[in-house]
Amino acid sequence: MGAALFKTVNSASARQNQNVAMKSRTVSNSQRGPARPAAGPRWRPILYQALLLGAVGLLAWFLVANTLANLQARNISTGFGFLHDEAGFAIGESMLAFSPTDSYGRALLIGVLNTLRVAAIGIVAATLLGVFLGIARLSRNWLVSGAAGAYIETMRNIPLLLHLFFWYALITETMPGPRQALNPLPGVHLSNRGLAVPWFEGGVPLLAWLAFLALATCIAYLCCSERGARWRGRRPLLAWAPALALLVLLLAAWFAGHGELHWQVPRLKGFNFQGGATLSPEFAALLIGLVLYTSAFVAEVVRSGIQAIGRGQRDAARALGLAPSQVLRLVVLPQALRVIVPPMTSQYLNLTKNSSLAVAIGYPDIVSIANTTLNQTGQAIEGVLIIMAAYLTVSLSISVLMNWYNRRIALVER
Amino acid sequence: MAGHAQRASPSQAASTGSPVRDLFSTPLNALLTVLVAWLLLMTVPAAVDWLLLDADFSAATAQECRAASGACWAFIAEKHRLILFGIYPYDEQWRPLLASVLLVALVVCSCLRRFRNGWLALWWAVALACAGVLMWGGVFGLAHVENRLWGGLPLTLMLATFGVAGAFPLGVLLALGRRSEMPAVKALCVVYIELIRGVPLISLLFMSSVMLPLFLPEGVSIDKLLRAQIAIILFAAAYIAETVRGGLQAIPKGQYEGAASLGLGYWRTMGSVILPQALAIVVGPLVGIFISLFKDTSLVMIIGIFDLTQAAKAAIADPQWQGFSTEAYLFIGGIYFVFCFAISRYSRTLERQQRPDAMW
Repeated sequence: MGAALFKTVNSASARQNQNVAMKSRTVSNSQRGPARPAAGPRWRPILYQALLLGAVGLLAWFLVANTLANLQARNISTGFGFLHDEAGFAIGESMLAFSPTDSYGRALLIGVLNTLRVAAIGIVAATLLGVFLGIARLSRNWLVSGAAGAYIETMRNIPLLLHLFFWYALITETMPGPRQALNPLPGVHLSNRGLAVPWFEGGVPLLAWLAFLALATCIAYLCCSERGARWRGRRPLLAWAPALALLVLLLAAWFAGHGELHWQVPRLKGFNFQGGATLSPEFAALLIGLVLYTSAFVAEVVRSGIQAIGRGQRDAARALGLAPSQVLRLVVLPQALRVIVPPMTSQYLNLTKNSSLAVAIGYPDIVSIANTTLNQTGQAIEGVLIIMAAYLTVSLSISVLMNWYNRRIALVER
Repeated sequence: MAGHAQRASPSQAASTGSPVRDLFSTPLNALLTVLVAWLLLMTVPAAVDWLLLDADFSAATAQECRAASGACWAFIAEKHRLILFGIYPYDEQWRPLLASVLLVALVVCSCLRRFRNGWLALWWAVALACAGVLMWGGVFGLAHVENRLWGGLPLTLMLATFGVAGAFPLGVLLALGRRSEMPAVKALCVVYIELIRGVPLISLLFMSSVMLPLFLPEGVSIDKLLRAQIAIILFAAAYIAETVRGGLQAIPKGQYEGAASLGLGYWRTMGSVILPQALAIVVGPLVGIFISLFKDTSLVMIIGIFDLTQAAKAAIADPQWQGFSTEAYLFIGGIYFVFCFAISRYSRTLERQQRPDAMW
């Protein structure tokens, strides 16, 4: 098994959900097809495939014909023309400006952005919490590993939907109103209207933020990647470049906003908080539920990844005189990463797909908005197709990205 | 759907031998110990107070219950029939109870080695049929109960067991199809599996509730519960297929060649030689998918089916007993937990039995 661990993890099977130890064993076989079982007459496979294709085609024709007949009978027009119509409903929270007079198309775009927002924040938070818990689970400190184990078992054995309802009820029903808001940190207010935190405020449009973010990512990539390292040479100061770049960008953003960008602390005004940023109860409940639930699975992935690294690796590293933290950081984790990345990819995909449960607590994600749209317009087929297309695009993008990362960290064999 | 069933995990780092020294062996360890101990001290006593000591178990009205500073378990006592059985006719509720016991017994028996033989498929067919008859009624003097009245735990259990019974064979077929040498079969299976795995279950449930009626000819309609069940089966089958494919890939070529040299055809080769070995390898991840399927049945409430989660919401919605949602969610969370935890424990034991040479 030790030898198999050093094989490149096959990216074709990268999204498979399975036991890590087993995966490393199967990798060596995955390229090799099964031997052909006792061969029958040569025409037989052709006949079978023709029959299968015929059956599938017939089924498709049957469904399409029925659908067209039904649509005609119910006087529903097909097509995506309705996307330009006025939506007529308001959206609770959106990253772009939206009013009920805007089109369905824009409403759906806002839904996609809301889904991406909760998925992106959720993935980062669940990874951080999950890696910490996975390592804690393996600690020799029985109190720490026991607490981590109890957390993991509780969180992952309860349906996510129930998590969402529970947290949503907890926030909206048991939290005090804005006037008696809890104040755990200065400037942070927790009430049944959500979580109000201090945040920048100013005239910087979202697009500018996105451009800055993209630029910062490029600079960070140049500074941290291997290619960047070659360019950087042995000048360690340049490792600080990303931080510097970020500072420069923040300053630039400040100037771009004509100096209007400033730190706003939320203050109680009337019945709610003004200023700063407010996480709505829906968003907060969705994020808490997704992060708590997914981090338990991430922790298990990290744990089994670390356990897949043979004891000898650790012993050898210790024998070289490395400190325990160095053993973990320099020897175990880089190797474990190869085992961890494929199942981690599927956890990220799960989190993104699971964010669709937002519809149950009223966070305006793509499913929720598409659902409203299809109820208003009666365009059921188009609505469901839009949901599916949105998730397929996001899923495929995440898998492409993670497969690229997987190839990068894979051991190159000669 | 994740690798739910991983190997048991004794801690990785070598113990120093003394439980107390393990807690404070390094500064970081000591800090973590103090931190965790502080967290536990902050939460556990308060939780025990709220859950048990200050809780009200016997209040007759909601007012009385609100006076207590702890949980109101009297609410659960009042509403447990509604949460567990939904709106099934009150006097007939022994039938869903019996059906649930039957389904649980079926799953437990499938887990016992003694019952694991060719008869198991027959047992499943018989038990599922009996559960269906009990719920549906209309024969043997049982009154007929329409399935829009079904609800609560029995419905959740039925969605899960019928889901496994339908998704497992379909998933195995899809896995075989994806490994097939016939390009058309392979392409169809790949497209199906990747499409389904790329979208959330909710979109399939929406499809079943709003699109499926459009797919069928005029006058033909499939009932809502069955449509949700079909969506769950189609969804889980894709994940099962990927897991089984992992097992198929682990079977060495020699097994296929051996079967071929015995003159076995494709189905005999797969059925008697390859699949038994492949399924044995992936039994852990498979059980993980079954657990996910069980949890995912809670999603059917979004399209308006009265499962356990929806029943709890109905109990909360009673205007006379408002404000006890935490208790209701904890109650059904406990039910889900017991089932999922038991199954995942079982799959761990199973994997340990299979791999006595495991390193850890």
